[in-house]
Amino acid sequence: MMPDKPKIAFYWCASCGGCEEAVVDLAEEILDVVAAVDIVFWPVALDYKRRDVERMPDGSILATFLNGAIRTSEQEEMAELLRRKSKLLVAFGSCSHLGGIPGLANLFTRDSILQAVYFDAPTTQNPDHILPGSRRNNGQGELTLPYFSERVRALDQVVEVDYYVPGCPPLPKIITRAVATLLSGQLPEKGSVLAPEEGLCSECPRKDSKPERIALKAFKRPQDILIDETQCLLAQGLLCMGPATRAGCEAACIKGNMPCSGCCGAPMRVRDQGAKALSAIASLVDSRDEHEIDQILASIPDPVGTFCRYSLPASLLHSKRNF
Amino acid sequence: MPNTRSIPGNGHRSGEVPEPRIVGFFCTWCTYLAADLAGTSRIKYAPNVRVVRVMCSGRIDPQFVLDAFANGADGVLIGGCHPGDCHYQEGNYNCLRRARLLKQVLEQLGIEEDRFRVEWISAAEGDRVRVVINDMVEKLRALGPLQMQRENALVSIAPVEQALQEVCV
Repeated sequence: MMPDKPKIAFYWCASCGGCEEAVVDLAEEILDVVAAVDIVFWPVALDYKRRDVERMPDGSILATFLNGAIRTSEQEEMAELLRRKSKLLVAFGSCSHLGGIPGLANLFTRDSILQAVYFDAPTTQNPDHILPGSRRNNGQGELTLPYFSERVRALDQVVEVDYYVPGCPPLPKIITRAVATLLSGQLPEKGSVLAPEEGLCSECPRKDSKPERIALKAFKRPQDILIDETQCLLAQGLLCMGPATRAGCEAACIKGNMPCSGCCGAPMRVRDQGAKALSAIASLVDSRDEHEIDQILASIPDPVGTFCRYSLPASLLHSKRNF
Repeated sequence: MPNTRSIPGNGHRSGEVPEPRIVGFFCTWCTYLAADLAGTSRIKYAPNVRVVRVMCSGRIDPQFVLDAFANGADGVLIGGCHPGDCHYQEGNYNCLRRARLLKQVLEQLGIEEDRFRVEWISAAEGDRVRVVINDMVEKLRALGPLQMQRENALVSIAPVEQALQEVCV
């Protein structure tokens, strides 16, 4: 008997593998997921090939959870293929949602990255000048490497995306809730992020310790101070991205006594998380003098890497300007 | 009304260098009135600014500035009240704090310093509007168009063979 269980697929592109790990982190709950669905494609765990997906009828997969940003031609082809085969395409995790950590590569040109990795790195030996996009014959057949595109892109900059599951990686609670929502048939509005709408501060266990007004003469890094485990991290001078980050993780990092780094992206109605975070942090500076303001801001070592850590490709400017 | 008519020469023919386009965010209590004064005083200045009137320079979200650059502005000019003169007491200081940090972000993203400018211009300083705008237009002309690459450029995979050749040289 062939049960008509909904079909689900998982795939990864430019990512670290943490999102795959997050699925495994569902622990016993993954058994409930497996009982409710057929997993038809999951290269990291199951031996299905691309041609198996190509043979499926279009739209036959209920939902594909795709993690990772898009950088190579192979990733772009797989995103397009899975889009065609799936009723719902879900961008899973920060890289797929916003570009993620790999998206910080958009501060460098493609050519400079290839030059550094394939030629200049002291551990690289590449006498045949092989690069992504190269073809060569090894005597048994022709081998190809995918092309490396100019920019890192979020999934929705390549194909249409139905829903987003935020986080680096998404927490088990967010994943199970998202899967349950999609299986329930009661679908939220297309384009929704499957997490709460408000900012992280709203669910932060330290929110009551946040003073009415915070005024800082310097920003601190976690290794520089002994962090008080009960007080608002912003009030202690740490660069916490909570005010410009979506809730849903239940302040997991803050419970570990580390500031929020912003992985869940912007709350509702914010277009550019980095710009909002910048705005929130700058207004904490306790000075009216331009020179002193600059001195205080100099204690933020890498503004783009701090405010746009996960969202550069999805931000309003997408990347560093190419000269 | 401040000078907001369309910029001549903007629908440029290929080969011509287009005129710089500036988006100005002017506070309604000071700089907007100064631009108004410049207009009623028949002061002539470069017609390259599109003015957006805001209640306070403290209202200017960094998203507005980035959005302007992303949509084709070659420069962004913020005009607010002089320090101490803010109609809402603190607004222009908040604008200053954000602008100083935004400048660092823009620098990291390869946008030259002269493309983003904050000026305090009071309602009485009509001529200062002329000086600032003319100066900014001149600097932007020297820098050339910004042409921040947009989504369409992002979506296509660049001609790879050509890029490979460049790398291999």
